[in-house]
Amino acid sequence: MTDMAPMESWFHFLSEGQFRIQQSRNSGTYVFYPRMLAPGTGEDDLEWVEPSGLGSVYSTTVVRQRPPNADYNIAIVELDEGPRLMTRVEGLPPSEVRIGMRVRARISRPTDGEAILVFDVETLP
Amino acid sequence: MSGQMRRGSTAIVGAATYGNGEMKGYEALDLAAQASRLALADAGIKLSEVDGLFVCLPQDFLSGLSLAEYLGLHPKITDNNRTGGSAFLTHTELASLALDAGLCDVVLIAYGSNQRTMSGKVVSAFGASRIEQPYKPMIPLSAYALAAARHMYQYGTTSEQLAEVAVSARKWANLNPEAFARGPLTIEDCLAKRVVADPLRVSDCCLVTDGAAAIVMTRADRARDLAKKPIHLLGAAAATSHSQIAQMPDLTVTAAKESGARALAQAGLSIHDVDIVELYDAFTINTILFLEDLGFCPKGEGGRFVQGGRIAPGGELPVNTNGGGLSCTHPGMYGLFLLVEAVRQLRGEAGERQIADTNIALCHGNGGVLSSQATNILGTPQTV
Repeated sequence: MTDMAPMESWFHFLSEGQFRIQQSRNSGTYVFYPRMLAPGTGEDDLEWVEPSGLGSVYSTTVVRQRPPNADYNIAIVELDEGPRLMTRVEGLPPSEVRIGMRVRARISRPTDGEAILVFDVETLP
Repeated sequence: MSGQMRRGSTAIVGAATYGNGEMKGYEALDLAAQASRLALADAGIKLSEVDGLFVCLPQDFLSGLSLAEYLGLHPKITDNNRTGGSAFLTHTELASLALDAGLCDVVLIAYGSNQRTMSGKVVSAFGASRIEQPYKPMIPLSAYALAAARHMYQYGTTSEQLAEVAVSARKWANLNPEAFARGPLTIEDCLAKRVVADPLRVSDCCLVTDGAAAIVMTRADRARDLAKKPIHLLGAAAATSHSQIAQMPDLTVTAAKESGARALAQAGLSIHDVDIVELYDAFTINTILFLEDLGFCPKGEGGRFVQGGRIAPGGELPVNTNGGGLSCTHPGMYGLFLLVEAVRQLRGEAGERQIADTNIALCHGNGGVLSSQATNILGTPQTV
């Protein structure tokens, strides 16, 4: 994996059913999205690590569509490790996703596209 | 080194808009060129005198070159800085420094877009990144909805308060013959509109129009001898906090906090000295966020601040006096229109919507998804 480009690695891990984020070896800071350098310090000491998979909904919205297209959720989840990412919270109507909900990562494999990281509600706040 | 521009050393001496609304068949450059002609005529300066050109068109990455060619200019300085809709408020900052240093003598800053009649939907030079694209967010709409949702969660801001921003903008637009969306609009009307991205409704979103704007800047010594009252740049500052919405450090705090404080410090003014405010209202939440971050009210109080018509005509703080992006015009990037409206108000040319005794205007531009923030403080000659 070490000779694979950052973004390529991210999608490769997902395709293998694995959720990985980067961490700076020196500072311990977790980093998302995947990149070559640790933001702020500029050090090229990022390593791929396995996060807990747990996080909280930091904000949420719904992409409203005209029928027959279904509405869908867009959320920002803050991982317990610190970084935030754009994602989708699934398993409940998109408008019922609430800020503060505890969520757990899952890799979704749509039949028509590449594997993506989504979240399921862990417990109600 | 002072680390700042010389307060008031340059001025806006010409300002114009053109083609607001629908201009079917015209290219963006056609509209930008006409606005440029009108702004130069307003200043009483010949096109051939322009030796600094600042431009940013949404669909044209090299628009600085395109407009120079179209107008037959050979500028000494061609700046195509694109930080989104805030770009034009960074153009004035850099133009002022270049003018003051004598690198050029006459600066034209221009914009034009045919996005309404060309496509009927928002044309954006940016969209979701590779990492966000799989989730199919509507960028920029989803991003501003996420910010609004967080503000509501953290501070109890309500849909009624967001609607009050839209209603205030419409009341200003109703006084502006140039505004695209005119007619009655109540809070109840807004709340009855379709939700497009929770919690935002159609009425929380800016217009999609065609249109163009341009301004002309010179050094203060020349500005003094021109036909119209020069409007001086007293302070200008910008700040960037992120690019993608998920990377914004705090969805309820924008970098307007930094740009506003630095621009006011340059101008030697406090927020209480500001007579009129022109804010980039791509969505109703923007107005609330910027009023807070610029210091007109404490963080979290923006929703309550706008209630009761405080920012509407007759209210204690005139905000977006042309009707804003929500009801006047929004041809893809709105930044330059903020400056044109401020110039008209400070010159006393704003007709029915004119605010009496106006000497200081604060213009605030926003780019990307609350990513780039740029503040300009403008003043009449007596404030220099």
